Amino acid sequence: MENAVLRTERLNAYYGESRVVKSVSISVPENKVTAIMGPSGCGKSTFIRCLNRMHELVSGAKIEGKVLLRDKDIYQMESTLVRRKVGMVFQRPNPFPTMSIYENVLAGYKLNGIRLKRSEADAIVENSLRKAAMWDEVKDYLHRRGTFLSGGQQQRLCIARSLAVKPEVVLLDEPTSALDPKATSKIEDLMEELKESVTIILVTHNVGQASRVSDYTAFLYLGELIEFGPTERVFTVPKSKKTEEYLIGKFG
Amino acid sequence: MSDKKTALRLAKNKVFKFIVVLFSLGSIIPLLFILLYIFKKGIGVINWKFLVGLPKPPGVTGGGIANAIVGTLMLILVASLFAIPLGVSGGVFLSEYRKSKLAYFTRLSVEILQGIPSIVIGIIAYLWVVKPMGKFSAFSGGIALGMIMLPMVVRSSEEVLKLVPRTLKEASLALGIPYHRTILRVAVPSALPGIVSGVLLGIARIAGETAPLLFTAFGNQFMNWNLFKPVNSLPLLIFNYAMSPYDEWQRAAWGASVILVIIVLLGNIISRMIVNKWKTRF
Repeated sequence: MENAVLRTERLNAYYGESRVVKSVSISVPENKVTAIMGPSGCGKSTFIRCLNRMHELVSGAKIEGKVLLRDKDIYQMESTLVRRKVGMVFQRPNPFPTMSIYENVLAGYKLNGIRLKRSEADAIVENSLRKAAMWDEVKDYLHRRGTFLSGGQQQRLCIARSLAVKPEVVLLDEPTSALDPKATSKIEDLMEELKESVTIILVTHNVGQASRVSDYTAFLYLGELIEFGPTERVFTVPKSKKTEEYLIGKFG
Repeated sequence: MSDKKTALRLAKNKVFKFIVVLFSLGSIIPLLFILLYIFKKGIGVINWKFLVGLPKPPGVTGGGIANAIVGTLMLILVASLFAIPLGVSGGVFLSEYRKSKLAYFTRLSVEILQGIPSIVIGIIAYLWVVKPMGKFSAFSGGIALGMIMLPMVVRSSEEVLKLVPRTLKEASLALGIPYHRTILRVAVPSALPGIVSGVLLGIARIAGETAPLLFTAFGNQFMNWNLFKPVNSLPLLIFNYAMSPYDEWQRAAWGASVILVIIVLLGNIISRMIVNKWKTRF
């Protein structure tokens, strides 16, 4: 396998007493799309929330094991620094309602009190929106509120916002589950382009989406990693019976 | 048979509707009468001189209430400086740590504080502020009014901050923005219209308070801009003038009532407008 940017070693995640992620070890290759798929409630969201230390924000949540970002344990790093390096996009688009599109893209800087020169700021905004394939759509409305955009545009704005702080990895937590098919396919196309510059981890409960966009696929079931490998292989010759059953829609 | 039943049912429906409308009209009437009466009695004395002039001795016409207006504004300012920071931080705490023990007791105390008679709050302010400082002052009056305003600000901030979706805070945290900045620059601005409207309602409420000022701000016949000296306020002026035997003063009391009612109404109306027009869409 290629260079691993992010690795987990025997990662366990708990909510109070219940263990939701069970000893998952996985290596995420650089500049690829890695899909985490599995039925609802299998712990996939919890799993990726461990990768940028969002899991610990829930009271009673804890983790065991290691998450290594370029061989450095993220649980030994400053949590805010981890989250700048490992960005995240959520199920529902959540642009900041009090900010314009322009300000939304720059939120990672502005809210952190980082001052940018006008030209730098403009460049970051244009660049990030271009990467999110929405520059042409919104370049004339940069100073309008982000919440006036359509759902799909809002989600791409959220992607642009997370790209603006130049993360190494972006976690997409079922980014299309609240979107219509057209907006969904746009975001799927986008992932293809994005992986040139950033590593993507995509959580999805949609088997088709995993097969369309990912290079590697992990199948999680009841918190356990059942199978992980190149998407083509996992989908054509799954090693596990469970994976096969899930793929043909026997459960999930 | 069934036609008869339907007719009866429709008739019952009409009677019921009539009663409901009648009673809701009944709850508007007191306000209308108060406004009508106060305006009828008071509007006649209001002119520019009344607003910018100072009180005149009894028997002399043409006195104004400028000192009371200035005093009321000073009291509102002190109360706001005291109640807004405390109240909004309290609201932030209550909305963030909803289930902690401390939140439970804070909520309880705030509720009780809201129910304490304002005259008692005046006495407390007298003991805590006036006595140690050795004099009546605008400052002590502002603190007393601030204590009345505080629970309103806490409760309204808590309510609107609770409406800020968790996902919004997560979006900010996921950008590597520290918790305190997330609260101050994402959650509070999103809830700002609601917080402002709560503050305005609080101001409208304290603008008309008289009892706690009797032994704090005390009242003053003269213009005073000093925070640490007694000041007049509109309700105090109304109280003193209305009790006086002089015709001019009684008329001035009506005029001051009009001004006071306008301030309170404006506070309420603007607060509603803010909530309706300026509301954050999530």
